[in-house]
Amino acid sequence: MDDEENQNQIKDEVKDDAADIAPFDPTKKKKKKKPVIQDPVEEESVDTLAEKTESLSVSDGLETSFAGLKKKKKKPVHTDLDDESENVGDELDDTIGEDEEGEGIVLQQYPWEGSDRDYEYEELLGRVFNILRENNPELAGDRRRTVMRPPQVLREGTKKTVFVNFMDLCKTMHRQPEHVMTFLLAEMGTSGSLDGQQRLVVKGRFAPKNFEGILRRYINEYVICNGCKSPDTILSKENRLFFLRCEKCGSGRSVAPIKAGFVARVGRRKAGT
Amino acid sequence: MVDIDVGIPTAFDPFAEAKDSGAAGAKEYVHIRIQQRNGKKSLTTVQGLKKEFSYEKILKDVKKEFCCNGNVVHDKELGKVIQLQGDQRKNVSQFLINAGLVKKDQIKIHGF
Repeated sequence: MDDEENQNQIKDEVKDDAADIAPFDPTKKKKKKKPVIQDPVEEESVDTLAEKTESLSVSDGLETSFAGLKKKKKKPVHTDLDDESENVGDELDDTIGEDEEGEGIVLQQYPWEGSDRDYEYEELLGRVFNILRENNPELAGDRRRTVMRPPQVLREGTKKTVFVNFMDLCKTMHRQPEHVMTFLLAEMGTSGSLDGQQRLVVKGRFAPKNFEGILRRYINEYVICNGCKSPDTILSKENRLFFLRCEKCGSGRSVAPIKAGFVARVGRRKAGT
Repeated sequence: MVDIDVGIPTAFDPFAEAKDSGAAGAKEYVHIRIQQRNGKKSLTTVQGLKKEFSYEKILKDVKKEFCCNGNVVHDKELGKVIQLQGDQRKNVSQFLINAGLVKKDQIKIHGF
């Protein structure tokens, strides 16, 4: 407990901004983790009410890989240093371990404290990311994922498929349903239409996974900004060309129009033709 | 006038590069699509191969390799299109790459 308080003080010294988010209290560790997770989701204005069992994550964060790298790099660095710094390194490893266990707070015990050696790049980088992650998690590179509901698909008869939450998905992507529909139909090589309840009825049998794959491709091509990977973009049509403009970073690009391509003749031919 | 004549060398075609890259580069994709038929049958179409290729020969090899039937369809707008029975998307793209007909980044696989 004493140790923790000590770390607590250090942390407060380093970042006085962090105190604004929530008062640091070792007993409330688990509570503090929660807003860190949920904040970016709410900011992206995605409806959080939906169950996110199977989320369409377009771009995953680099958190996990980064954490792994940090831990691996640490040990060999410290082994050939003197005793004192080795101890400190062990402490650091402990803190990281705690962090990964889901305890919540990164306890800032810097490895260079107590010794007068130089800071190492990896350590400083880790420190910066920890600070960034706590103060404004949307900048830290992780958590930047678009959460979308999985497509709900019903079978209508045996030959038609109904895409139930088509409108919802269009709304979360901020795209015209017509545009999404033409893309879906062109990719699947079938015909389809919107029915009375604004559901998409497609000819042919398709699994939800198929829709998901196609939607993912749609998002990569027509929604995600190339520069900043944010899905907060606007598709506009100028002089017959489609342009994508990012709301976050302001960059724009042109996107290819949807072409249906070759559709082979399937089914019974009439005697007349 | 003389200056202008000098400025435009006749032997050099400024669009030669663009034409070349347009034919082989990013713009001309080979589209491989799938289409559902009745039941669990499906159809694979390959569209956008270069016109210089002999479609019949490609088709013959493809048919032999994947043990499927197929034919070449003439479309009014899109030219010749290879049709194959069954879901051969992966096979065809692999075949085209291995045979050196198309580069990997020029192939676009559509469908689910």
